Amino acid sequence: MKKIECIIRPEKFSELRQKLGDFGIYGLTVTEAAGCGLQEGKTGVYRGNEYEINLFPKIKIEMVLTEDMTGEVITLIKEICGEGNVGDGKIFVMPVEDVIRIRTGENGVGAISS
Amino acid sequence: MESVDMSWVMLGTILVFFMHAGFSMVETGFTRSKNSLNILMKNFLTISIGAVLYFIVGYGFMFGTDAFGFIGTDGFVLNGVEDIGFFIFQSMFAATCATIISGAVAERIKLNSYILLTIVMTAFIYPVVGHWVWGGGWLSELGFVDFAGSTVVHFTGAAGAIAAVMLLGARIGKYSKDGKSNVIPASNVPLGALGVFLLWFGWFGFNGGSALAADVTVVPHVISTTMLSASAAVIASAYYSSLRYKKIDASLTLNGALGGLVGITAGTAAVSLTGSIIIGLISGIVLVEGVAFVDRNLKLDDPVGAIAVHGACGIWGTIAVGFFATDGGLFYGGGATLLGIQALGVVATFAWTFIMTFIVFGVIKAVAGIRVSEEEEISGLDFAEHGSQAYELKDIMVTTPPARQSNTGPTGATLVERLDQLHGKSIKMD
Repeated sequence: MKKIECIIRPEKFSELRQKLGDFGIYGLTVTEAAGCGLQEGKTGVYRGNEYEINLFPKIKIEMVLTEDMTGEVITLIKEICGEGNVGDGKIFVMPVEDVIRIRTGENGVGAISS
Repeated sequence: MESVDMSWVMLGTILVFFMHAGFSMVETGFTRSKNSLNILMKNFLTISIGAVLYFIVGYGFMFGTDAFGFIGTDGFVLNGVEDIGFFIFQSMFAATCATIISGAVAERIKLNSYILLTIVMTAFIYPVVGHWVWGGGWLSELGFVDFAGSTVVHFTGAAGAIAAVMLLGARIGKYSKDGKSNVIPASNVPLGALGVFLLWFGWFGFNGGSALAADVTVVPHVISTTMLSASAAVIASAYYSSLRYKKIDASLTLNGALGGLVGITAGTAAVSLTGSIIIGLISGIVLVEGVAFVDRNLKLDDPVGAIAVHGACGIWGTIAVGFFATDGGLFYGGGATLLGIQALGVVATFAWTFIMTFIVFGVIKAVAGIRVSEEEEISGLDFAEHGSQAYELKDIMVTTPPARQSNTGPTGATLVERLDQLHGKSIKMD
């Protein structure tokens, strides 16, 4: 099993969510996040004074998948969230030792399939 | 004017002014937080520009010496006008009419294009309708009844809003490709609810002040019909929405209060207390159906429901006078004459306002553009139009220093030297 953690532009979330659902992935965790990377800050003005905004609002999505699905999901995320501009985000992939469904106590792949 | 009458009209003026706080909160609450500053700026500019322009030209077009039953021709800059109290009371109404459009076009309109439309609305389009009905124009000659402005103020605003929204188009993501209407949820319903209470509060001045005198036979009646109609509409929209959508819908019920207030505004002095309850109950249902019709059938994207509140309920309120007026109404043996005149007034007002707004806004669209760029709409109008946000990220995130600073300190410095600098002391031992 792999855990995919991706940071994306907030406006891409609803489309990604829908496409993931079409693909058969219903379980995910979403966090409102802020971050910085290569994307350059922007300058705001408040009461006549300029200020730098160098943290941007992002959405962080976490999901745990079986290994055979990982590649396709990554392709899907790249397709939907990639504008080709800095600030599109990142996908982190990491191994998962075990998953336990709290309700039933089952573990392993059984705990992440419906 | 007796000073007691003056006091009442001035109190009414102040109450109507406060309705702009209500409009601001309703619009801010019912839209997304990335557009809040923009909405506040629109509301502040509308009342301010409206007041100044109405002084310069609007009042003259509305209440000046009549020409052809169509428009007033003198009294500009209040030249020769003695009753300043009447002017300032009326100026609040002009701005109210313009601000109705603000809600319907929220979250995508260019601020400056909106301001241009507001200028034409308060200086010309609205005063002409006002002249027809209140300034001695042709509709008032026919006997059209609109006590405080169901048609003059509210329906005129809604007719302008329909034209503006048609030219502007829906917000990104509001309608799917197959035409399905998507939900764009309100950012702060409690703020919207406060706005509705403020509008309800101000409405006692809107309707009550329109008596233009502290008349004991009119004012208590007007305040009562206003309260009863709004209450009946809240009850009706709450329970009608639960019949139609299985649960009492909070934001529709809030709109319902406003629908009941718009509905009673024309007949507030002409109908009985029982009549006002019936008008309110029907307003509540008209509102729920009106929102659904505008959203799903007409596919006009109206984030705050302004077209249903001020348009559908404005029409109903104006027509209802023809049924429920205790003097001349169909249900009181008055025949269909008044009903016909009321309907004619609605049609004429719609034709004038819709066509004029369509032309004016169409010209602005062709010359300057009326919509912000797609990028600006997605990231929010607050930053694009005003350079900052109503609600920033947590302040620590805004004030952190730039991320791309080197963290190695002055070049060539050793760890000891850097620590020294941090503690602000020198321990160099030469």
